Amino acid sequence: MQAIQLHQPASLADAAKLRSGNDDARFLAGGQSLLAAMKLGLNSATDLINLAALPDLAGIKVDGNRIVIGAMTRHADVAANADVKRLIPALAVLAGSIGDRQVRNVGTLGGSIANADPASDYPAAVVGLGATVRTNQREIAADAFFTGLYETALQNGEIITAVSFPVPEKAGYVKFKAPASRFALVGVFVSKGTGGVRVAVTGAAGSVFRAAGVEAALAGNWSAAAAKAVKLSADNLNSDLHATAEYRAHLIPVLASRAVTAAG
Amino acid sequence: MTVNVTMKVNGQSVTAAIAASTLLVDFIREHLRLTGTHVGCNTAQCGACTVHVNGRAVKSCNLLAAQANGAEVTTIEGLAAADGTMHPMQAAFKEHHGLQCGFCTPGMVMSACELKGKLPNATDEQIREALDGNMCRCTGYQNIVKAVKAGLAA
Ligand SMILES: Cc1cc2nc3c(=O)[nH]c(=O)nc-3n(C[C@H](O)[C@H](O)[C@H](O)COP(=O)(O)OP(=O)(O)OC[C@H]3O[C@@H](n4cnc5c(N)ncnc54)[C@H](O)[C@@H]3O)c2cc1C
Ligand code: FES
Ligand code: FES
Repeated sequence: MQAIQLHQPASLADAAKLRSGNDDARFLAGGQSLLAAMKLGLNSATDLINLAALPDLAGIKVDGNRIVIGAMTRHADVAANADVKRLIPALAVLAGSIGDRQVRNVGTLGGSIANADPASDYPAAVVGLGATVRTNQREIAADAFFTGLYETALQNGEIITAVSFPVPEKAGYVKFKAPASRFALVGVFVSKGTGGVRVAVTGAAGSVFRAAGVEAALAGNWSAAAAKAVKLSADNLNSDLHATAEYRAHLIPVLASRAVTAAG
Repeated sequence: MTVNVTMKVNGQSVTAAIAASTLLVDFIREHLRLTGTHVGCNTAQCGACTVHVNGRAVKSCNLLAAQANGAEVTTIEGLAAADGTMHPMQAAFKEHHGLQCGFCTPGMVMSACELKGKLPNATDEQIREALDGNMCRCTGYQNIVKAVKAGLAA
């Protein structure tokens, strides 16, 4: 790995300042994606800004009918949290399905969504629940957060502090794992709540997206059969060595129907 | 850039000035000369480098040593008693032939030890799922699952 300068800011403001104006600087959360990319020569960062010492970035709070999860909260802690399991069990299931135990012990919610890997799990929950991403500057609605392949609405120097998830009436997440990496070949998050029905798909395209056809079907009839009956076009879906676009298009309604069943 | 790190490794406090980019596994193997922790893939896939940081199993090839600053680290060398008596999980791997070449074993054992107390009466299926971050190219896993089951029960 390349030589680095490691910064240990004590406040969000200091962390943001270190990043602004330095294109070769990156925030370091768990490092599970960033260090791996640097070791492979895929990321040429020269300065890492460690968020680990910043106060109040990790933790899970129930706030009225929402669960607010700090950006530095690790996947294992979300998976094991009693409030998450009680109020949004699908989110606990999702967090517990990320990578493997060692990765879940280190990787964080903020790091995962900032990274916006097209096959990652959390984006499906953020969009599938209509969550709100909180940063040091503003609040960003889920639908506006993921903007493309590894791209988000975050500006240079903007730090995710937490994600606020509304508690749904029902929610379910099912992913078809790429067997070697455990990332989502396709993953579908379905929910029904005050904001209506939401169906978010990860792993199938350049970025997480809402499957409007499945949403319409489920809004009319919340049932596994209704989800499964939807036919989706393979246009704009990924084809790679793991699966063709047609296969992914086929999987989306199938997984959506299983997610509806899982939602109970 | 050089950073100072201090951590407790297998109960002993260590302090060193190291390059900021030093990975925890390199700190453990090259600086502390604790070579029981192995490097298989060096890409966070195989789990051979698994150690505990504050009681949690992590892949030490995918963490900076500086991220473990101030932490308690346990490596495979820290498991056996001072008189050499093996930890129950190590003993179970020996008893149940949970290893062949042994390359994956330190990581397997460290990973399995984290399950102690978390997965009482674990089923084979749960053990396989829990060991998903550890790969073995020799055993076919059957005896590893047996060993972990026995080690957790011991
Ligand atoms: C073997 C392996 C298997 C994996 N399998 C899966 C899987 O199945 N599903 C899945 O979803 N993921 C998987 N991952 C990725 C994992 O979930 C990572 O933990 C996650 O993507 C990144 O989180 P991190 O905390 O490690 O972030 P880092 O690697 O530290 O950071 C990632 C990026 O986010 C930025 N960043 C971090 N925190 C913030 C913040 N608060 N505000 C703004 N920017 C920030 C960083 O600058 C960096 O660009 C896997 C990883 C590995 C190594
Ligand atoms: S050497 Fe660290 S996971 Fe393979
Ligand atoms: S015993 Fe040889 S890799 Fe596991």
